[in-house]
Amino acid sequence: MAEKFINIKLKIWRQKDSKSAGKFEEYPLPNVSTDSSFLEMLDLLNENLVEKGDEPVAFDHDCREGICGMCSLFINGEAHGPDRGVTTCQLHMRMFKDGETITIEPFRANPFPVIKDLVVDRTPFDRIMAKGGFVSVNTSGNTQDANAIPVPKADADKAFDAATCIGCGACVATCKNASAMLFVSAKVSQLALLPQGRVEAKERVMNMVHQMDIEGFGNCTNTGACEVECPKGISLENIARMNREYLKATIVSE
Amino acid sequence: MATLDSKIPEGPLKDKWTNHKNKINLVNPANKRLIDVIVVGTGLAGGAAAASLAEMGYNVKAFCYQDSPRRAHSIAAQGGINAAKNYQNDGDSTYRLFYDTVKGGDYRAREANVYRLAEVSANIIDQCVAQGVPFAREYGGLLDNRSFGGVLVSRTFYAKGQTGQQLLLGAYSALSRQIGKGKVQMFGRHEMLDLVVIDGKARGIIARNMITGELERHSAHAVIVASGGYGNVFFLSTNAMGSNVTAAWKIHKKGAYFANPCYTQIHPTCIPRSGDHQSKLTLMSESLRNDGRIWVPKKMEDVLAIREGKLKPTQIKDEDRDYYLERRYPAFGNLVPRDVASRAAKERCDAGYGVNQTGEAVYLDFKSAIHRYGKEKALVEGIENPSEAEIIKLGEQVVEAKYGNLFQMYYKITDENPYKTPMKIYPAVHYTMGGIWVDYNLMTTIPGCYAAGEANFSDHGANRLGASALMQGLADGYFVLPYTVGDYLANEIRTGRISTDLPEFVAAEKSVQDQIDKLMNIKGTKSVDHFHKQLGKVMWDKVGMARNEQGLKEAMEEIRKIREEFWKDVRIPGVANGLNPELEKAGRVADFLELGELFAKDALHRTESCGGHFREESVELDGPQQGEAKRDDANFTYVAAWEWTGDPKDSNLHKEELKFENIELKQRSYK
Repeated sequence: MAEKFINIKLKIWRQKDSKSAGKFEEYPLPNVSTDSSFLEMLDLLNENLVEKGDEPVAFDHDCREGICGMCSLFINGEAHGPDRGVTTCQLHMRMFKDGETITIEPFRANPFPVIKDLVVDRTPFDRIMAKGGFVSVNTSGNTQDANAIPVPKADADKAFDAATCIGCGACVATCKNASAMLFVSAKVSQLALLPQGRVEAKERVMNMVHQMDIEGFGNCTNTGACEVECPKGISLENIARMNREYLKATIVSE
Repeated sequence: MATLDSKIPEGPLKDKWTNHKNKINLVNPANKRLIDVIVVGTGLAGGAAAASLAEMGYNVKAFCYQDSPRRAHSIAAQGGINAAKNYQNDGDSTYRLFYDTVKGGDYRAREANVYRLAEVSANIIDQCVAQGVPFAREYGGLLDNRSFGGVLVSRTFYAKGQTGQQLLLGAYSALSRQIGKGKVQMFGRHEMLDLVVIDGKARGIIARNMITGELERHSAHAVIVASGGYGNVFFLSTNAMGSNVTAAWKIHKKGAYFANPCYTQIHPTCIPRSGDHQSKLTLMSESLRNDGRIWVPKKMEDVLAIREGKLKPTQIKDEDRDYYLERRYPAFGNLVPRDVASRAAKERCDAGYGVNQTGEAVYLDFKSAIHRYGKEKALVEGIENPSEAEIIKLGEQVVEAKYGNLFQMYYKITDENPYKTPMKIYPAVHYTMGGIWVDYNLMTTIPGCYAAGEANFSDHGANRLGASALMQGLADGYFVLPYTVGDYLANEIRTGRISTDLPEFVAAEKSVQDQIDKLMNIKGTKSVDHFHKQLGKVMWDKVGMARNEQGLKEAMEEIRKIREEFWKDVRIPGVANGLNPELEKAGRVADFLELGELFAKDALHRTESCGGHFREESVELDGPQQGEAKRDDANFTYVAAWEWTGDPKDSNLHKEELKFENIELKQRSYK
């Protein structure tokens, strides 16, 4: 499709820091290429703001190819915006109409406090991972040969699908309960499906879920919104699998 | 002039690493608890090193500028990781991986380092599988492989198009485990802004807390810089927006030599640039060249018709297509190494055959592969006399299973469906083989300061083969540094905790604060990006895929001017004592503006063509290799290691002669 230029109006959440109150500010932005990505559109806005001597809008971003999980944003009421299966950095302006008003907010959830403007703190995810999102194997170079344990392709593929989670937090931001179940279950599933991870499956699920609760994430009520907004298509089945793992861990004795 | 001691162990190539490890000093477990190590960067090299050193018992402090160590740009690597496992029984071996890597690097890498890399490659796969990395598997449950450019075996392990992600998450999980145990203290959203050197040894860093703007002093007995490459000196590259040279450049200015800055990898298969709004370029994995065929039209009238939108590429008959890689390099075809493929694309586009508006694009076509796979699948599924449509449908399914995420990425960016029409691709800056000079132990010219992964220079020579960066990052982090850092630290057990009140810490912090104040007080008229884009344009036009003496001299002059302008006229809104992305970028661009000049200077001094460094003055004029790059082994078989003297144009050159005792230097031929 040929490149077009559109004029848009942006309504953006501005907040000085975590202690200050925030509010929406409006910015008209003319001449946006429909071939540009959403973040390139924000670059353009920021360039204009800097030129005027105003402070640019702070937002998280890094790889700009949909894999690092750094970018976030709630765009017109949806995590990562109106497109499906993409992160904000992969969202393109051809999804928007000339004259449209676009509302941009940070990911909102109690465990993710705003740091500035659209930047939020997602370190609770790291703390959950530190409680069990691993296989306890040291670096030695003496682990057994990689092909010593064949893994059925179907299991390996399912583990891979779960492992593609990028930890962006869209699931939490989308969920009315601010539940982190999709994120946590993706890691629990990946490792539960592989023989290497099976050994610690019980401790893992207990510890990760415990930390998830400590961080203040809500419970899952099966609305399925997380799956819809997940840029990587992480399946709800993972939550079901985590629930089974959790149940097994709580009712089966040593 | 000091000579560089690469500290390559004595003995036959294949025994060097084993013998070296056997002689290395060890630190007893009780003493390890008294020793601190700083790791800057948490990609494959840094993350793996931090986790491994913490497992061994050292106190590790790890730093990254992202909010979480899981986001380092290693995560974006797509295609795979090489290892000499020979699971395919196609004749692979440690020696062959070593040979391919040295040859692929155009004979400008250090033999001993590359051999060690090949040697530990198999352990990496074992380690990752043990960590739960979900590599692709065959139906029998064993690991699958694919092939990459520049080699004739299948030794690449992969996880769809997300191999880097899976390996990084593996290293991140090992790191998380140590964070959970309190053995690693993690500092996210922190940027290293200087190295503290005391009595000639690296003793700590100054880091800026990017949320509060506070400067922090951190001391340690060793500092490992694993901060990635410097491709963003070109402004547009496949690197992440935040990827920068700052940590590496700061240690360079404190005494670490910078090696071969001009060795840059321009990756052949990236989505072409489309307009001025563009902030970065996106790679399409080299693995696509396994199945995709690269071509441009043979006839100029077809090229023009395509550009005018009157003709579609799918309408051009096979005999009217120029599959130029298959034509020029029949032995390797579409799987020639990256530097060769990139130059060939440039050659066709310079000749006027580029297939988009800018004239800078060639086709990467999956039609043959879709057809071939479709037929195969129809046979397997027992479909008799499948229709053309059925074959294509089945073939597309196979291609989707292999490259689905890449095709989707392409579609989202370009709005064109690559299953139905060929992809358009063009080379883009992707990886930097040059970096901080290190010896065999990965120690820089500053005792106690190490460089690992893309940040160092050591293993890829003048051109990196596909699927070798992941291998090197993890080799450095998991299997090399844990031994070699310990060797150094064995002499540090009596040092005790290092105070951050020492005058060297005070001075380093002050110089960082002074630079920040200076930047904030310029209050000029142009944004940081304005200068970064100017620098990038000079780099791409004059220090890019083809370089010549005149252009390089001009580039040095122009970069200097941009730098002077930057320090007079940059505008940074906001405050220094809080989150300020413009200030962060300004510091990084200031360093790129110095590196860029050294980069051009290095390219100017190396009058030969080798690997990713192509000098227009140095090509084969006749014979079967006519038009190919020409190396000058008599004069340039060395590593150029530059010493900072206060101004990039006056940097001192030190040479490490490269000795090839196990491989005969030959012209690289992929014909």
